Amino acid sequence: MIELLDVIKELISVSGLSGYEKPIREIIQKTWEPLTDDLSLSKIGSLHGLKVGCGTEPRHRILISAHMDAIGMMVTDIQDGLMRVTEIGGIDSRILPGQPVIVHGREALPGVVIQPPAHLLPASASEGPVAMKYLLVDVGLHASEVAEKVRVGDTVSFAQEPLELTGEALSGHTLDNRVSVAATTMCLDLLQSRKHEWDVWAVTSAQEEETLGGAFTSPFDIRPDIAIVIDVCFAKGPGSSDWRSLPFGEGVGIGYGPNIHPMLYDAFEAKAKVLEIPYHRDLMPRMSGTDAMAVQIVAEGIPCVVLGIPLRYMHTPVETVSLKDIRRAGRLMAEYIADLTSETLDQIQWEE
Amino acid sequence: MTNNQDASTKRKPEIGPSQINLLEKLCNATAVSGDEYEVRKIILEEMKPIADEIKVDALGNILVTKFGGGEGRVRVMLAAHMDEIGFMVVKKHDDNLFEFARVGGIDERQLPGKAVLVGRDHLPGVIGAKPIHMTTAKDRKKKIDVSDMRIDMGPEIGDKVKTGDRATFATRFRVLGPSICAKALDDRLGVVTLMELLKYAPDNIDLLAAFTVQEEVGLRGARVAAYAFNPDMAIALDSTPAYDLPHWDEEDENVQYNTHLDAGPAIYVMDRATIADRRLVNWLRDTAEDLGIPYQFRQPGGGGTDAGVIHKTRSGIPSTSVSVPSRYLHTAAGIARLDDWVNTLSLLHAALCRVTPELLAGERRD
Amino acid sequence: MKSLIQKLVETPGPSGFEYQIRDVIREVIGDTADEIRVDALGSLIARKGTKTDGGMRVMISAHMDEIGLMVTHVDSNGFVRFTSVGGINPLTCYGGRVLFMNGSRGVIGVDGLERGKMPKLSDLFIDVGATNKETCPVSVGDVCGFERPFLDLGKRMVAKSMDDRIAAAIAIEALRRLESTPHEVHFVFSTQEEVGLRGAITAAYGVDPDVGFAVDVTRSGDTPRFSTKMATALGDGPAIKVRDSSFIADPRLVDWMVKTAERAGIPYQMEVLEAGGTDGRAIQLTRGGVPAGCISIACRYIHSPSEMVDSDDVENAVKLLVKLLSVPITLA
Repeated sequence: MIELLDVIKELISVSGLSGYEKPIREIIQKTWEPLTDDLSLSKIGSLHGLKVGCGTEPRHRILISAHMDAIGMMVTDIQDGLMRVTEIGGIDSRILPGQPVIVHGREALPGVVIQPPAHLLPASASEGPVAMKYLLVDVGLHASEVAEKVRVGDTVSFAQEPLELTGEALSGHTLDNRVSVAATTMCLDLLQSRKHEWDVWAVTSAQEEETLGGAFTSPFDIRPDIAIVIDVCFAKGPGSSDWRSLPFGEGVGIGYGPNIHPMLYDAFEAKAKVLEIPYHRDLMPRMSGTDAMAVQIVAEGIPCVVLGIPLRYMHTPVETVSLKDIRRAGRLMAEYIADLTSETLDQIQWEE
Repeated sequence: MTNNQDASTKRKPEIGPSQINLLEKLCNATAVSGDEYEVRKIILEEMKPIADEIKVDALGNILVTKFGGGEGRVRVMLAAHMDEIGFMVVKKHDDNLFEFARVGGIDERQLPGKAVLVGRDHLPGVIGAKPIHMTTAKDRKKKIDVSDMRIDMGPEIGDKVKTGDRATFATRFRVLGPSICAKALDDRLGVVTLMELLKYAPDNIDLLAAFTVQEEVGLRGARVAAYAFNPDMAIALDSTPAYDLPHWDEEDENVQYNTHLDAGPAIYVMDRATIADRRLVNWLRDTAEDLGIPYQFRQPGGGGTDAGVIHKTRSGIPSTSVSVPSRYLHTAAGIARLDDWVNTLSLLHAALCRVTPELLAGERRD
Repeated sequence: MKSLIQKLVETPGPSGFEYQIRDVIREVIGDTADEIRVDALGSLIARKGTKTDGGMRVMISAHMDEIGLMVTHVDSNGFVRFTSVGGINPLTCYGGRVLFMNGSRGVIGVDGLERGKMPKLSDLFIDVGATNKETCPVSVGDVCGFERPFLDLGKRMVAKSMDDRIAAAIAIEALRRLESTPHEVHFVFSTQEEVGLRGAITAAYGVDPDVGFAVDVTRSGDTPRFSTKMATALGDGPAIKVRDSSFIADPRLVDWMVKTAERAGIPYQMEVLEAGGTDGRAIQLTRGGVPAGCISIACRYIHSPSEMVDSDDVENAVKLLVKLLSVPITLA
């Protein structure tokens, strides 16, 4: 059995910004090596892990899509040894001043985001939150050394160390969406001792935060019959209390809306009830904001379900999650997969 | 070939009481994007007996194929979306009132004081508003936030409504003299037109009909339908706004009308999502002019139809759109003219009968 | 090369109406390509070379469309109302001259504008010299491009459609100079880029490349009082794109392009573009995904009738592109 906390801590020990997933991919490859029958890469860097089913060929295929890329920043310009940055993925610039970061130049350079004093900014920017274009990154090196080691286009990642909070809560950067990679790892681990008829294609997709690139492309090559998209969702917390947020640490979200096949929703809800896994209906009246937006419309269309692990403070370096919900998500996926039979697809119909 | 064409043009679709009844049934059904069950059921019932092939795909699109006869048949895809704009119930409050979210583009100013139908059982509810006596002049100048509105279904609604249930405006279909007044004319007019075209499918083409889902939330169904059909050409059948209303400044000419009622089917040259293939635009125009069917070009500009994703499918599919003009789309009640619908059906049927491989020979050009 | 550039930039070709510029490009390519075809959305695809051992199927995409205007209404006095084809800035419209695909010409006027206020597109109209609706030579759906002659300032060149005819010129010149290649190279002159990369989406699906590059213009950060800091400047060499707002260039290709440029002694600069997209996105996201990059030419005043580029950047971009296509591609 894998130790969940160790797995997650390792998964957030490296960066892996959208388009630059290599460091995290290598860790997942190492973790999944003993859990899968085959590992391969898509042409744009998503990792495909295949766990072969025991059914007779041709076997049905289920895809688990968990994006592995992280939000962060990128150097746009260098001035007097200080770097200007733009965002990769969505970042509220109000969380940036004073934030520890790593600039991935010719070597990894620890640094900090600084907010220049008001009198050095245009009058229009001297009050209120300072926009990202006025912030700078300082790595403490002289300009000549920065010129050697950093160039325009280098990535900048968060460097906040993880914190174990009370009640199995963990805080850190990039828990969106490494917790889903962890849940998928748990699922693969559970399936080691379970028979499953279908082939399981566990995919950690690239570039979700920017283009949904991995989710548009990997399913095109794999052509699954069903897809589970697992991502984080909003947990109730300060400033986040309306219907879009689920209780923290009290169960997984099962998405409900146009991106989700209603029969798959029903199947996951029924499975959760049988297993007494707490869950919540996560309402997505329009789009889900996840890889499912892409996976669903690949080629001739793929029935999707969306699982969510409630997360507080999304897209900050102190994202906070409950380990309990990660275990629940991993177990729910494994149990659903283990029960798939050659007849399952006949139930995924529209004739309600 | 010539004989076939003559035979099929003689069998012309018409709009009579039974077609109007069908449109009424379709408009009164609920099919908010992502939950198109009711409309799908009506279409499946009607189309199963006449389809050569029929299936419901992974997203819930209905794909119907009607094969022609003979050699050199062009594979023509027609798409009409089943879904409509509407609401999803998102939270039950302690006072037995329901918070809701909009699905598709709805101006929140259209909502206060409206009747709605909720869920599969079409349970009645109302979106209320504060009594005017309790508002201030300042209040009345502000839009009411959707998050402050509630659907009220009475104090004993209990568990009959769940979060996730869809709702639509409660408007019932009516014929008003030369007009139709209903909700969801966008795009039930397209749906019923496509159903009639299938019943009278000409022999010179393979008619690939897609009744699509999720158009109002991003043209999602049409994308996978086009990939599956892989047609030679495509037309989206939709309904487009007619803003043919007077300008507030009386001396100003209304130059942004999009379309006019009574001016016939609206042929698309360009919208936000598609620059039409001119070969198809010219073919539709020439057909209309040869047969004396009224038509108009929709004003180029914003908006989008299923053609927006269809034409970008695989290696590219020559596409355009044809719409029945309607006033007040995406509100509780739209108004369209019966004659515009009749002329849209006539134009499309006549044009389909004239499709030959020569239409698409050579390169895309004006 | 300047005469080629002049010919390309002075040919009209608004998005969706690229047949004239397509014919011009087809003619200048002549038999330097092994095969030429046109896809359903009108992109011209010229193949050169065949895949050898260690070679790849490579797509080069330079869009041949430009921004333009389309007629939405002709009023009773013969004035023409219009909508935009692609990203039109109303600021640069007033007083501009337009050329319709049917040969008609007109000028852009503005209506009821308050001093110091920015016009909206709906405030503008085209005056084609008609005295009433009946004598107006254009009607709803007709399309026009801006008309402005090529301006040769020596080191710098100016034209209405440097975006992206300069890339078309670079691709054509690279096709001509490419003597041997281990690759099967598909030079795509794509359509409808300005309205959403549409031509490149279908061309990429059809070509099904192993790797792809867009060639396009990018902004430059070297004009007075720029509000956004951007590292690119005219004359600093072709820009190797790291990202724009539509996609993130494949870092393996970025590194390989940098190394190849350095080895060949070709000047280059790095580009991070915060607003704007390119055909690279369409290539990257097609089918099962394709490693994609982009060579950019720094350009001032993009989407105005006077877009300026540097001729040394253009020459060096040709050199870089020829070099990239002459050697095996390594994706380390």
